[in-house]
Amino acid sequence: MAFKGVLRPGLIQIRVLNMDEAINHYQNILGLNIVSTEADGRVYLKGWDEFDHHSVVLRQAESAGLDYVAFKVDSDDYLREIEPKIVAWGLEVDHVPAGEQPGVGRRIGFTLPTGHRIELYHQIDMAEDHPGINNPDIYQRRPDGMGASRFDHLLCYGPNIGKAREFFCDVLDFYQPEKVDLPEGDGSLAIWLTASNKAHDIAFVEHEEPGKLHHVAFLLQDWNEVGAAADIISINDVSLDIGPTRHGITRGQTIYFFDPSGNRNEVYAGGYTAYPDHPVRSWDFDHVGKGIFYYERSLNDRFLTVLT
Amino acid sequence: MRYRVTIENCSETYPCSEQQTLLQGMEQLGKRGIPVGCRGGGCGVCRVQVTSGTFSKAKMSRSVISEADESKRIVLACRCTPTSDLSISVVGKMQKALSAQRLIETEDDVSVAAVG
Repeated sequence: MAFKGVLRPGLIQIRVLNMDEAINHYQNILGLNIVSTEADGRVYLKGWDEFDHHSVVLRQAESAGLDYVAFKVDSDDYLREIEPKIVAWGLEVDHVPAGEQPGVGRRIGFTLPTGHRIELYHQIDMAEDHPGINNPDIYQRRPDGMGASRFDHLLCYGPNIGKAREFFCDVLDFYQPEKVDLPEGDGSLAIWLTASNKAHDIAFVEHEEPGKLHHVAFLLQDWNEVGAAADIISINDVSLDIGPTRHGITRGQTIYFFDPSGNRNEVYAGGYTAYPDHPVRSWDFDHVGKGIFYYERSLNDRFLTVLT
Repeated sequence: MRYRVTIENCSETYPCSEQQTLLQGMEQLGKRGIPVGCRGGGCGVCRVQVTSGTFSKAKMSRSVISEADESKRIVLACRCTPTSDLSISVVGKMQKALSAQRLIETEDDVSVAAVG
């Protein structure tokens, strides 16, 4: 197997202000399926094309935002071997026992210099309602709402993103398909990192406040589905950010909107296939508008300031 | 019932019903003055102080509106509904949103600090 170590961002726990409103949004608007609701109030959901037990965890809290994102790794051996490397790099590692989330084995966690909590895990049960395996149909039943097929990636805002790049690339064997350079110095304003063929599994924008969430993205199949998502946003009076449009960076076709607690969501289709031997695509600061919003060719103030 | 909302910073006024938030009322009429963010009580961009009048409010993210803020009638316009004519003053992240806007519009005046 050529694809080793970290496989993908597999779990994300999001804080919401009102669980009923959040469930309506993630289930009926995005089209995720509820897997379970647990005694502590957390609600577990998954996209129709995901094999694992769940991918999205909603937790009601007093503040919106990101609790953590967890990356699935290829083996428990990898978890054992990576832990001392993370510690040697300088991060404190803690342990979350198996069963803290339903169907999920032990996890290890740490906080990046950007202020974001990252976890790694290997074991997770297969979902009961999983995609077909033997003579598989396209899907078992037509998905609801936008029909988001999976949790795809996230964009984090925080300080020290250069250190985050160093950690992901040097310790977890990620690589950097794309970046936006700052006008002076050798730093980056924004970086796109992946452990896979996707143009990004996680991205960061340099920002003074630590631990902020810019958006959580879900995959759609094509541009037509992005258009249908825009219809659903208007039909249901969902808070729109921007789109449908396209990113110059990653080339993804996209629409940004907000969940009822103000956490930004994206549904996304397309994007190029990344390989670790490709050059790092690089955007100058004075072209960042076109890089982020390819058709509008300018940033809006919400992109830089509206975070949870 | 419709009430009149006055934004003191820019002397803008607009009607807003009891079924609308202060932000919805402003946005739907194409008015400007309060920065528009997530519209869900999460990001804190539409922070305003109600200087006169009565209102009801829904849950707002504690990381952007503290209890002390609420006691000073500082709320998020996206979670606040008028129950009388209101005067409001835009506070907080307005300055930040405006400086970010200037950063985007003025290519020859870029500064890293404004990005944060």
